Amino acid sequence: MATAPTEIKVTSEIAAEHGLTAGEYARVKEILGREPNITELGIFSVMWSEHCSYKSSKVHLKRLPTRGKLVVQGPGENAGVVDIGDGLVAAFKIESHNHPSYVEPFQGATTGVGGILRDIFTMGARPIAILDSLRFGEIAPGKGTSPEEAHENRRILDGVVRGVGHYGNCFGVPTVGGEVGFEPCYAQNPLVNALALGIARREDIFLAQAKGAGNPVIYVGAKTGRDGIHGASLLASAEFTEESKQKRPNVQVGDPFLEKLLLEACLEAMQTGAIVAIQDMGAAGLTCSTTEMASRGGTGIEIDLAKVPQRETGMSPYEIMLSESQERMLLVAEKGRESEVLDVFAKWGLDAMVVGEVTGGGLLRVKDHGKIVAEIPAHPLAEEGPVYKRPIAAPAPRVEAEKDWFPFAVDGTNLTQNFVKLLASPAIASKRWITEQYDTSVRTNTLAGPGASDAAVVRIKDPQTNIVKRALALSTDGNGRWCQLNPRVGAMHAVSEAARNVAASGARPIAATNCLNFGSPEKAEVMWQFSEAIDGLSEACVALGTPITGGNVSFYNETLGKSIYPTPTIGVLGILDDPGKVLKIGFRNEGDVIVLLDGANSLGLAQHAAPLQRTGQETRREFSSSEYSKTLAGIVAGEPPAIDLAAEKRLIDCLVALAAEGSVQSAHDISDGGLAVTLAECCFAAPVGARLALPPLSSTVNLTVSSLPPEFELFSESGARAIVSVSPAKLAAVLATARQYGVGAQEIGKVIRDNTLRIQYKGSAVIDSPVDSLRDAWAHSLERTLQTR
Amino acid sequence: MKFGVVVFPGSNCDHDAFYAIGNVLKQPVEFIWHQSQDLGNCDAVILPGGFAHGDYLRTGAIARFSPVMKSVEKFAKGGGMVLGICNGFQILLEAGLLPGAMMRNSGLRYICRHVYIRVEQTDTPFTDAAARGQVLKVPIAHNDGNYTCDESTLAELEKNHQVVFRYTTPDGNDAAGNPNGSAHNIAGICNRERNVAGLMPHPERAVESALDSADGLVIFKSMVEAFVGTAKATD
Repeated sequence: MATAPTEIKVTSEIAAEHGLTAGEYARVKEILGREPNITELGIFSVMWSEHCSYKSSKVHLKRLPTRGKLVVQGPGENAGVVDIGDGLVAAFKIESHNHPSYVEPFQGATTGVGGILRDIFTMGARPIAILDSLRFGEIAPGKGTSPEEAHENRRILDGVVRGVGHYGNCFGVPTVGGEVGFEPCYAQNPLVNALALGIARREDIFLAQAKGAGNPVIYVGAKTGRDGIHGASLLASAEFTEESKQKRPNVQVGDPFLEKLLLEACLEAMQTGAIVAIQDMGAAGLTCSTTEMASRGGTGIEIDLAKVPQRETGMSPYEIMLSESQERMLLVAEKGRESEVLDVFAKWGLDAMVVGEVTGGGLLRVKDHGKIVAEIPAHPLAEEGPVYKRPIAAPAPRVEAEKDWFPFAVDGTNLTQNFVKLLASPAIASKRWITEQYDTSVRTNTLAGPGASDAAVVRIKDPQTNIVKRALALSTDGNGRWCQLNPRVGAMHAVSEAARNVAASGARPIAATNCLNFGSPEKAEVMWQFSEAIDGLSEACVALGTPITGGNVSFYNETLGKSIYPTPTIGVLGILDDPGKVLKIGFRNEGDVIVLLDGANSLGLAQHAAPLQRTGQETRREFSSSEYSKTLAGIVAGEPPAIDLAAEKRLIDCLVALAAEGSVQSAHDISDGGLAVTLAECCFAAPVGARLALPPLSSTVNLTVSSLPPEFELFSESGARAIVSVSPAKLAAVLATARQYGVGAQEIGKVIRDNTLRIQYKGSAVIDSPVDSLRDAWAHSLERTLQTR
Repeated sequence: MKFGVVVFPGSNCDHDAFYAIGNVLKQPVEFIWHQSQDLGNCDAVILPGGFAHGDYLRTGAIARFSPVMKSVEKFAKGGGMVLGICNGFQILLEAGLLPGAMMRNSGLRYICRHVYIRVEQTDTPFTDAAARGQVLKVPIAHNDGNYTCDESTLAELEKNHQVVFRYTTPDGNDAAGNPNGSAHNIAGICNRERNVAGLMPHPERAVESALDSADGLVIFKSMVEAFVGTAKATD
């Protein structure tokens, strides 16, 4: 299919090869009032691909909350935009690049990052941060993963990490956060979800709406080649089979240097005031950018392909229209002011050509040396594609008995060894080996890079004066394992955790973006997962006040018929009014009091509220979905912890208030690995960054008597909880604030100078270890695993 | 004193140098486009970090041919202060304004983290406000920072006290502090005349405590002091 001469006569078989169903093909003929030619068929096939048209997800996405006081631009443009005060706005969005990253990890990841950066500066915003949410198969051999598979997973991880780094580092935007997770289901379908954040003055935001008949349409950036043809339709909109590796030519190749030039040139050209609209050429390249700009603008566009800068000779109209060559933009300028725009691109040494003009008729008309090769009404092509209400069916309820659930150790067991294993598991271990391959400090805005705070925090310099006023915090989260067990509750946890992380950095969560990674929409069970997840996201986003401003849907994440865990990845953005009040996770001073905040327990008596009412069975069932259960017992079962969104909201508000008061020394939420991991990380972070290595601070914690098993107390991942450390002088103020917000606050220990983490339970030590040996397991595990041959 | 920050296509720390000098040090500063041969009466020139021209060939190998480099060379020959940071250092090496070359980091990976460097010489315009032996905490962010040169050049560098910054740890273990395999733990050098210097770490990223360190500021302050000193001397 790489070369498709225009003479090919389109038949229903060829339409089917292009991924169009019989019904869709009939609709094509209806819109055109005739048979399409091959170029037109190609155009329809990419525009109506799952990736571009959202045909299976549209009916569900409508249920997401997208409006809010601060939302300037919701879904539907290149990125969401929110008001961040002082006349500034933030543009941000997360997108997937999963399939390309499996076929060709390095280039798949680079172009994923490149694509999302373009979405941001297309809006007129200068990108200031990148976060990456990555999922891989298990990198160490074990249950369900052979040594060969583990090796392959390490190879994919290495390529993806190098790719993410290569693009962001060269482009000059810091990669400040994200997460990395591992489950066997991602072995042949890794997830690469890249989020970018940019800022602009409110009046400088650009939209992709082609207006004004007669205005010139200008092509800028890289030349068009034969790379990436059908990336959106064949790679992103179909599941993987044995032949998928042969789709390597469908993966694009990224050039961060060119994109850096494109960024500077676009922002400079926008300042001329001569640009009317602009859109990047990502998925479906020239086809998508022309069609969508015309459709949104209520206009038509006419272009002549002979004028399109080309990297190769002899390209057919079909190939030019469908190419996904990277680092290209399409813009509409004011008639008569073309030269102002062209001059800027010439300065930056970039190709810029007037390739056509905006027309009044609403038609996308494509010519080749003056001869019409495609003529399609733009609006129906963009907006009247197929919309499916796919069948939905809940899977048969899982039948689980007590034997399937995690067996708690008897009281009195020393859990230190297990704890060390948990700290060394890839999911929990330090990701520093990965994040050090990313430039995290370029642009000198990074107030909290990877691992320093629960969220990444970057300050905002005014684009004109460079004066710093506020900071933004971002966190991405997703929990495929929980979503597999219960997609609705899992999705709620994803939103809650991202928002909680943002609040634990001191920032007020204001908006969200989502990347919905699922299996084939043609399976009723997958659609059920999707629908449930959407309902969970909606409920949580409404409850936490974080409307969804954009994102993408990635279906067909399955290989050889096996789906990944449903994995909605959520990015939450928050504002920190005072950039000097970032909360970090590390304990600071000897003698500080360690306080457990619990939004679900407004009485301040952590052990005497809701948890007491659970039965032993319920406890085991819930705990079987934890990281500890997976790592120590190989058990993944049960249900995610019950979620209480009101409790999450109380905790979030409380953390934001504590940060604003400046009354706490550190804050770290309780999530993967539970309370014990949180406490250990608070200790690990303490000496990092200190000028003179202090004796490492550590903690003693005394858990009050409880009826729950010690493993549950230490490693349960139930939400709405965080650890703060407080100087004794401010303790009363902190407890008062917690009370005011209806959040339970319990003193559970003290920061000490002795190099040990000691956690006592019912009077006997359940964890007692030098912090250094815990740190060693946690800090170097990933590096050791990844360097295995 | 006026600073000029050269902008090559692909420079990406130009804004950071500009901010450090203009907003933190509050000195006049302007950008100089690489096509320009006019340094705009600057009193010091900074070649910033980034990936000039994409660095798809050897780092700095193409940037040295940018028209601005002719003027920079002339400026340097006339005694003007030229500081190359990261990619700027690599460009100075390629341009022959400093001796030696860069290899890929010994670990064959890009590294970004805070490192410690010791000020070895204080008789340069880039370090005259620092104390000899002072240890600075500054970030590195590079693929190719593994400084190398032939034995005789290395001996010359040491003999002439041209090694200005050396990697170390807070407790003075140079080898353990070397992140990239650089010869003699070299983080930065100057020319024999001491008016041209290059270093791999990014002092412009360590200019405020909010960024985890303000240690890098001393380098820019030194340049201002050196300039004021020279101006006084010629009064």
